[in-house]
Formats: sequence, C-alpha cells, structure tokens
Amino acid sequence: MIVENSEVILSVKDLTASVEGTPILKGVSLDVKAGEIHAIMGPNGSGKSTFSKVLAGHPSYEVTGGEIRFKGENLLELEPEERARTGVFLAFQYPLEIPGVSNLDFLRVAYNSRQKHKGLEELDAFDFDELVQEKLDIVKMNASFLNRSVNEGFSGGEKKRNEILQMALLEPTLAILDETDSGLDIDALKIVANGVTQLTTPENAVILITHYQRLLNYIQPDYVHVMEGGRIVTTGGKELALELEERGYEWVTEPEATEARV
Amino acid sequence: MTASVRTLVNQPYKYGFITDIESEAIPRGLSEDVIRLISAKKNEPEFMLEFRLRAYRHWLKMTEPTWQRATYPAIDYQNIVYYSAPKQQEKLGSLDEVDPTLLDTFEKLGIPLSEQKRLTNVAVDAIFDSVSVATTFKEKLAEEGVIFCSISEAVQKYPDLIQKYLGSVVPVGDNFYAALNSAVFSDGSFVYIPKNTRCPMELSTYFRINNGDSGQFERTLIVAEEGSSVSYLEGCTAPMFDTNQLHAAVVELVALDNAEIKYSTVQNWFAGDENGKGGIYNFVTKRGLCQGVNSKISWTQVETGSAITWKYPSCVLVGDNSVGEFYSVALTNNRQQADTGTKMVHVGKNTRSTIVSKGISAGRSENSYRGLVKIGPKADGARNYSQCDSMLIGDTAGANTFPYIQVQNNSAKVEHEASTSKIGEDQLFYFAQRGISAEDAVSMMISGFCRDVFNQLPMEFAVEADRLLSLKLEGSVG
Repeated sequence: MIVENSEVILSVKDLTASVEGTPILKGVSLDVKAGEIHAIMGPNGSGKSTFSKVLAGHPSYEVTGGEIRFKGENLLELEPEERARTGVFLAFQYPLEIPGVSNLDFLRVAYNSRQKHKGLEELDAFDFDELVQEKLDIVKMNASFLNRSVNEGFSGGEKKRNEILQMALLEPTLAILDETDSGLDIDALKIVANGVTQLTTPENAVILITHYQRLLNYIQPDYVHVMEGGRIVTTGGKELALELEERGYEWVTEPEATEARV
Repeated sequence: MTASVRTLVNQPYKYGFITDIESEAIPRGLSEDVIRLISAKKNEPEFMLEFRLRAYRHWLKMTEPTWQRATYPAIDYQNIVYYSAPKQQEKLGSLDEVDPTLLDTFEKLGIPLSEQKRLTNVAVDAIFDSVSVATTFKEKLAEEGVIFCSISEAVQKYPDLIQKYLGSVVPVGDNFYAALNSAVFSDGSFVYIPKNTRCPMELSTYFRINNGDSGQFERTLIVAEEGSSVSYLEGCTAPMFDTNQLHAAVVELVALDNAEIKYSTVQNWFAGDENGKGGIYNFVTKRGLCQGVNSKISWTQVETGSAITWKYPSCVLVGDNSVGEFYSVALTNNRQQADTGTKMVHVGKNTRSTIVSKGISAGRSENSYRGLVKIGPKADGARNYSQCDSMLIGDTAGANTFPYIQVQNNSAKVEHEASTSKIGEDQLFYFAQRGISAEDAVSMMISGFCRDVFNQLPMEFAVEADRLLSLKLEGSVG
C-alpha cells in the first residue's frame, strides 16, 4: 500500500555492478517506502536477479558504482550477514540444500542471530519450537519439515514455502522475493502469495522479482518496474503488469516497438 | 576461484610446545645391534628379541609401499632415532615418583595424571616418546582382574599372554611398516579383560612425541576374553617441528566368544604448517580379530592431524555372527594428505560389517577413502553396508573414494553408498543471508556431516571431537 509520507526504507542510486568483470547492472535507481510492494519484471538476463543478490551482498557480484541506503544506512559497507540482521531478507530463487543441518536448528540459529542483533532475548529450543509452530500455518507446512535437513529432498514448492517460513520468522523490513513463483503449481503459488500478503505491514516493504505477472494476480503491487539491459526502463502501476502479459516485453524494451504503439 | 572462500588457515596448533627434559636416546640408525640394544634396555625375555629380529629380517627384504595416494620425500630410515626415553628414576613405585615436568606436560595437554585431578572414570596410560610414564587407576582395575599397563611392563609380568597374542593379528611380516614396528617398538599399552568382565571404566592411552629426531613406534594389544567388553580411546599430539617425524604404530585387537571391543581414536598429531612444512607421517596398522562367535569390534576414528595419514583399521570376522564396524571422520586442511579407510574381511557365517566414512577436505589437502570389503567362500549370509561421504570446503581440495569389493559367496549382501557435498560460497551466502556467520555455518554443516560418527564416540570425547574440528577450521572462511 502507498502511504503518504512514509519512511524511505531503500534508496538505490545509479547502482552499477558486474560479475567476473562483466557489467550487469548499468545504473539502477529505485526508492522503496515502508508499506509498499514493488514488482520488478523483465526478460531473462535483464539484471533482475543480479539486483537482488547485490542488495543482499552476494560476494560474487562487485559493486562498481552508485549507492544503496537502507533505513538511511550505507548498505554497501555491511557484510551479508549484517545486512540480514538489520532486516534485509532475500527469498532465493534456488534455495540451497544443506545436508545434515536440521531445518529447525537452522531456523533457530537464524532467528537468534536476529534477536541478538536487536538486543532481544534469544529463544531456547522449547520456546522457539512454540514460535515456529505458529508460523507454520502461514505457509501451511507440516511440522515434519522441521526435523528434516534444510531443503534436502524438498520439492520445488516446499523449498519456496520454507523460504517464506523463514521470512515469517525473521520479520524483515525489506523482503526481496527472487522469482519465488517460478516452478510453483497454482496451489503452491496461492499458499506462497497468501503467506507474503499476511506478512506485509505498513512498516515493511516487499520487492517481488518475477518474470510473469501470474504472481501479481495474488499479490497486488503498488509499483511495477520493467528492467532491461541492467536498468529500470519503465515504471507504472499494477496495470503495467497486465499490459506486459498481453503484449510481451518488447514494446517497452525496443524503442521502435514503443513508437509503433504511440 | 571464489573470492570469499579463502585458503583455509589453521588455528595455531596449541599442542606444539616442546618439553625440555633430559632424555636418553640411542644413536640414529637401524641394525641388528640397535634392535638388540633396545631389547636389552628393556630387559626383555629371549622370545621378544627373537620376535624383533624375525621382524627385522622380514623388513630388510621388503620395499616401501607406494600405492597410497600421498607424495612425500623418501624417508631415510638410518636417520631416525629408534629409542628415546625421558631420563627418570627406574621402576616407578607410584605416580608421585614421576618427573613433575612430565606430569606438567600431560596436564598442559589436558590429561591430568595426578590423583586429585584425574578424569573420572577414565584410566589413562601416558606415553612420552618411546616409553610409558604413568598409568592411572591400575589398582582399581586390578580388582576386577583387568590388566591395563604399558606393553613393556606386560612383557615382564605377563609373558605368556604377550607370547600368545602379540603378532597374532598383525604378523611380523604383514607389511613394511608393521615389520618395522615389530622390530623396534618401544612401548604402548596392553589391555586384558578377563572372562565375563565388563571393564568398569574407559581405558585411554595418550601418545606424545617430544623428541624431534625420534620416531614413535608404539604397540597396542587388547585381548577381550569370552563374554567381556571394553571401551578404549587413544589420543595423540606432538610438538611443532619443521622436520617430519615418523609414527608407525601397530594395534592388535582380539575378541573371543561374545566379547566386544570398542576402540576410538582422536588423532591430532602436528599436521605441518600451511605450506606443508613439518608434521607427522602417521603410517599405522590397526587390525582387530573377531575370533569368537558373536564377537564385535568397533573402530571409531577422528583423524585431524598428521602431514600424512595412512591407516586402515580393519576387522577380520572369523567367528560366526561376529560384527565389525568402522566409523571415521578424516579432516584434512592446508597441505595434509590422508589415505584412510578400512578392511572388512568376512570369514564366518552371518558376519556383518558397517562402514561409515566421512572425509572433509579443505585448503589444498588430499583426502582419500580406501576400503576393502571381502566376503570369503564360507561366509554364508554375510552382510556389509558402506557409506562414504566427502565434503569439500572451498575449491582447491581433493576428495577420492576407492572402494574395493570382493565377494566369493552368493548369499552375501553388500551395499555401498557414496556422496559428495560442498561448503562453497553459495552455501555460506545462504547462511549469511539468514544472519548466520560463516564460522557458525561451517561448524553447523560439519557437525551435521559428522554426527553419525560422533555419536559412536564416548560422551566426553564426542564433545571434544566436535570442538576440535571447529578449531581446525576456525578462520578458514570469510
């Protein structure tokens, strides 16, 4: 929801970044305020996923210019784990499998690292178990998932739901969902979308990165940005997504096509 | 090459100090005279000298094996000191007579030997270079008829047992290093558990190499009579020298009808520095004989040290329904090389064996599992389950698995599973994105990876092993 005069959570200016020397982001600027949901769409290879990883601080991506401020703080000075603890959450496109580490332990350690950072009490195994049971409902997950190794042997949909469960526990200020809809059947998509909607408050913000507008049927964005060639080339309201669905990306990314439309 | 998974750096090796103590050593080199000298110094009976000389003559005819996956400069066997002992009073009556410097050394290593500070419920035999300096709880064990002493003492006091069992599992000419050990071994532990006795406490031997020029050639023999059981643990450390020391031990276990031996090792010899300078060559022969029906031998090892580790704790399953187990965690870092695994030889009917091997390789190390499962023609209904998992940390370490399976009986069932996983940049980033530091992430992944093996260790040592692995990898990522 767009809230008048709400706080700017994320402010990105002229961000450029490269991976192994190849420039991917070529000047991204974006402001995200509390309460807002932003969708970033665009064709494959446009830089959407790179943008999400750069925000989270993935070490393979080198920031070559521009700035990122998160709640007024220079995000680029923080290590990935510090960014996470201050409230940046990335739901992975391909959540990793961690054999031998139970999902419950992983969630608890993650939760407690956040608590510690905030100066709040860390929960022991028993209290945490109670907390996590409540959150399971949000993503309609069975408690048996907690005792399995992190994402190991999970189906695509289960992995994505597990990501949203983590989001529910960590209560991030900024949640970036990187193609969370990819590989989901319609039921799983509804569960995930419903989970995200429940977790949205006037105090936090969400960036949805998606290739298709399908997810946006269930999560209503306030802004839709189209990314192409490492830049945001168009910004509009939720109706932009529908138009993209109908007409493809070319009419916004190819100048001639755009002219033809006019 | 990934940016954030940097070369792994060891926590400084905290057992690397040298004890300044006057020692009595014989000149370098090996000959029949040297063997006679060692035997004479130990005042051994004739059969022991014969045993040694037989081994030496075998050794002379043998060539150093080269099939293991490890490379190192040629060892000059004439440049090693084969006997080194701290100078102290002969014939110790009690621990009070042990040189305080030695007691301090072991205390510093976390192995208090003095009456007041002893580990409760663990009896310790402390071996310094070539000799046993102290054995705790001897009297208490004797009440149950359990013999736990240095092997030198056993040669004097229980020659019949030694003559009967020494070399019965690992013959003097078994292999190059076993032959060398049989010729020159200076000390080690001897355990004898009488019939139907459950050893009332954990037995433990702590090996310490102190002399930079000496090799350590210890010999351990454990005999479990019918219906008895024992749990035994060995620990090892050495000072940091920039030269390599040879450690060639032989361990023999004998389990008679319905007996059970559990043998655990936490090996933390000095591994050399990050460039591979110095460190122990750990060339060890360990073998258990399940001679009796329903007997069981279980090896658990946590191998974290040594420049080169080359050992295959094995079980020969002769008794019907006997059981062999091997649980192993081998961690290599920097330039360490480990070629380790087991041999399960099924001879009797319905014999069963389990192999769980976990290899963790970091830095530029090489870590190989090598195992043999052999099912003989008479081993009806024999079963083996093997699981070999490798974990790579970073992208410059190597992991290999060499399973050998030989089956000569149609009713046998042999299963082998293997997996490789990696702690790389992406895994660490996933943890980091959830607010978990790289160190915690590695420790969680390693603990999880090793859980099946650590669960087999005696309680006190499981915690220790977990901590040890974390320490070894501390500062390794970030």
